[in-house]
Amino acid sequence: MATQHSRAAARLMISPAVLLLLCWMLIPLGLTIYFSFLRFNLIMPSGNEMVIGVFGHGLRVPGPEDFSGWENFYWFVTDPSFQAAIINTLVLVGGVLFITVIGGTLFALLLDQPMWGQGIVRILVIAPFFVMPTVSGLVWKNMFMNPVNGIFAHLAIGLGLEPFDFFSQAPLASIIWIVSWQWLPFATLILLTALQSLDQEQLEAAEMDGANWINRFFFVMLPHLARAITVVILIQTIFLLSIFAEILVTTNGGPGTATTNLTYLIYVSSLLQFDVGMGSAGGVIAIILANIVAIFLMRMIGKNLDA
Amino acid sequence: MARAVSIRRKSITTAAAWALGLMMFFPILWIAILSLKTEGDAIRAPIEVLSSVWTFESFGAVQERSDYLKHFTNSVVISFGSTFLGLLIAVPAAWAMAFVPGKRTKDVLMWMLSTKMLPPVGVLVPIYLIFRDAELLDTRIGLVFVLMMINLPIIIWMLYTYFREIPGEILEAARMDGASLREEVFFVLMPMAIPGMASTVLLNVILAWNEAFWTLNLTAADAAPLTAFIASYSSPEGLFYAKLSAASIMAIAPILIMGWFSQKQLVRGLTFGAVK
Amino acid sequence: MKVRKSLYAATALALVAGGGAVAEELTIATVNNSDMIIMQKLSPQWEEATGNTLNWVVLEENVLRQRVTTDIATKGGSFDVITIGAYEAPIWGAQDWLVSLDDLGDAYDYDDIYEPVRNGLSANGSLYAVPFYAESSFTFYRTDVFEAAGIEAPSEQITYDEFAEIVAKVHDPDNGVFGTCQRGKAGWGENMAFVGPMVNAFGGRWFDMDWNPQLTSDEWKNAINYYVDLMNNYGPPGASSNGHNENRALFADGKCATWVDATSAAGYIFNPNESSVADKTDFFQAPKQVTDKGTGWFWAWALAIPASSAKVDAAKDFLAWATSKEYVELVGETEGWVAAPPGTRASTYANEKYLAAAPFAETVENSILAANPADPTKDPVPYTGVQFVAIPEFQGIGNYVGQQIAAALAGQQTVDQALENAQTFAVREMTKAGYIK
Repeated sequence: MATQHSRAAARLMISPAVLLLLCWMLIPLGLTIYFSFLRFNLIMPSGNEMVIGVFGHGLRVPGPEDFSGWENFYWFVTDPSFQAAIINTLVLVGGVLFITVIGGTLFALLLDQPMWGQGIVRILVIAPFFVMPTVSGLVWKNMFMNPVNGIFAHLAIGLGLEPFDFFSQAPLASIIWIVSWQWLPFATLILLTALQSLDQEQLEAAEMDGANWINRFFFVMLPHLARAITVVILIQTIFLLSIFAEILVTTNGGPGTATTNLTYLIYVSSLLQFDVGMGSAGGVIAIILANIVAIFLMRMIGKNLDA
Repeated sequence: MARAVSIRRKSITTAAAWALGLMMFFPILWIAILSLKTEGDAIRAPIEVLSSVWTFESFGAVQERSDYLKHFTNSVVISFGSTFLGLLIAVPAAWAMAFVPGKRTKDVLMWMLSTKMLPPVGVLVPIYLIFRDAELLDTRIGLVFVLMMINLPIIIWMLYTYFREIPGEILEAARMDGASLREEVFFVLMPMAIPGMASTVLLNVILAWNEAFWTLNLTAADAAPLTAFIASYSSPEGLFYAKLSAASIMAIAPILIMGWFSQKQLVRGLTFGAVK
Repeated sequence: MKVRKSLYAATALALVAGGGAVAEELTIATVNNSDMIIMQKLSPQWEEATGNTLNWVVLEENVLRQRVTTDIATKGGSFDVITIGAYEAPIWGAQDWLVSLDDLGDAYDYDDIYEPVRNGLSANGSLYAVPFYAESSFTFYRTDVFEAAGIEAPSEQITYDEFAEIVAKVHDPDNGVFGTCQRGKAGWGENMAFVGPMVNAFGGRWFDMDWNPQLTSDEWKNAINYYVDLMNNYGPPGASSNGHNENRALFADGKCATWVDATSAAGYIFNPNESSVADKTDFFQAPKQVTDKGTGWFWAWALAIPASSAKVDAAKDFLAWATSKEYVELVGETEGWVAAPPGTRASTYANEKYLAAAPFAETVENSILAANPADPTKDPVPYTGVQFVAIPEFQGIGNYVGQQIAAALAGQQTVDQALENAQTFAVREMTKAGYIK
């Protein structure tokens, strides 16, 4: 029943969003791609500048005299940390997804049961989601995982054990733990909402038919949760691919490259070594990889989103 | 009829759920406790911490060093400003996609989401140069714009899935009655979508409030929100647990309280339409 | 309050010299260490005297460095006063990113500032940053722990081998005292600040005269093996994430018997309000090994004005105030003399009150005057800098090498492997930057 008229109106109404996002994507991305082909180090300026005519007095960027071909890409890909960064990124995303989806499902199942004080429990469980990533990184690092003054160290000493040194013995696992703490509430919330919309009669019918608890979970609940799980995976992947603050305030990507993910490696190139050319090359590679992951995700689970 | 649940079973679930809730909440509770201790007591063993004296001195010390109210105001302006600006652009777009879907609608949606995958660290220098030349560095309006752009895809998606649950016939009826498009969207669609819009607003305010890369890198003094405030406590300066705790509590308390009061709305709309 | 009055007189003078009386609003970026926080606390006095106001951006060291560098390199103009180190000042000065500070007036008394400090902050004969405080490194030790172990503190410079023997004797983790705390957190300004002078002592160097990295040399291997063994045997747990601040907190809390670190930390360790070991700490020189050259580092935190600032006059006035003799006195009178900013001015070390409050004063003065960034190593090198190499590429290389050594310390890889990786990376970077043809 969409008339010609409403189609035109629709196009008109969607265009501000599309145009803005297009600019948002194309201008920085365009500049990033341009920079990725330049010899462009912030602290060693070559003095070549050109002006692109926007914003009244123009945008000053390095001129094309510093063209360097594929050099930046070559240096970024052959960076000794590059391979580790790719693997760490995948392990980090995968690890957090695994914990939050399984944990979130279990939490949701538990919170769906009748109990006293359900509202308060729910408040307690979702609280970590409101905490700034910087704060949660700092708090876990100092107040909990610090091997001298942290609470875990005090507990270990109290039990007569050697305090565990989280950030040097299990750095990536520690980061995964911190990030999972932040995202578990999100997964729990979404899955709980989905669970609550499950038809009770369907469950009761299954129970009448003699399905035990495990069967009820796998054949009634899980299919019902599939779409919610898809949403959780999709949204979290978008955020987890660019995890940064938690790493910056806890391990600085180390020890060695144990917690360097792709985002952090780009940060090292462009904002610690100030090699914007190489950092931009890294950015371009990261975007390509992120889109591969995205396409992969869509293929794998995208059909769940059809409705 | 609800299934009869034995008291025993309910007790067990209650105990398990409370244990779980307290475990998740414990880190926040713990910094709240540490923030009320002296620096010397804050690094003691947990039992000793609890039995030591309580004091507000850390909050005083933090306030003396940084102007909390300024950072707080900036956080409020930036997070709410970017969310409402985003809503203004997202509502028409989501309407169009939900009620006049074309063949490419899903692709457009996925493309929008994929713009979120641009790693911020990779585009800081281009954005910084643009901000410099547009004189947007250290301005709230600049940050409102950036955070709006970052969260726009999520806003559009949430609204889209929510709008889709609203039967198109109702809008059609309004149109038959002679409502203009503007009236249709603002007086028919939006009131019906209030729960969904509320949770969209909440989620995006939370995301914007906690965004710590752009807010730190594009500000200096004037527009710096609470994420920048916390950055000056991020490395120990002597004994610092109590001050870090106090600063952390000050930074997260407003959003935490807002979240708690509005969690019902948040949950109601967090369905992304499709989940239910 | 004689001090305050003369301070106002000085600022008034500077104002007249600057010629402007328009109230300005300055944005100042600084690092979150205690001396700077004292400055922030005292600055309302300057604001009252001049009518100007200050907006403070106080950040952790790494964030500050990244934030300030981005802004100054893109000429963003976000800051009017920035806090930079001895590494950045000459490099940035040479690139005309900073305003030259040779004209702060006679009252400022440039000759009072120690020459090595002045030289360290100059480029092409112009001063580009004024020192807020300067430091070298030496060894802190706990007198009570040494006494209990029956060890006499060395009066001459000892070797790292002798140091290790002492550390072994005072290591007592069961009573919560670790033999030694040293920096392990990766970063060119963190673990490499300790490792650099130690490598110098072992006879190593970053580059040979043709800029070829020397990280796999025997000297480096000996030094890093020594460091890793020392820390694993006698260090606190989690050493690979401890930087200067973490170690300072540990030492102040009585958890370390020895600690080789910045002389500027003395003001904190000897301050009974901040530290539980104020009355049982003493110090001796940082150890040597095969050479005593470059065994104590040189560093200064300094204030500078970006060339992109539009409020240069007011900013200069603030710099002149915050690094003046009168400011040192103001801190002495209000915060206690032990907290006065150290290492920059001869007048501080001629002040009886300071000498009385700071038992470490003479040693600090000697260490700073002895530090020689122009001749830091046993074998000749093409660079200046004791614990850093004063070239723009060093940040990247230093950070990477720091990461690798931290990984070796954490037991994630062997020392040889770490140095192998470090060497590969350094060769890469130097090739990329065109030093190695």
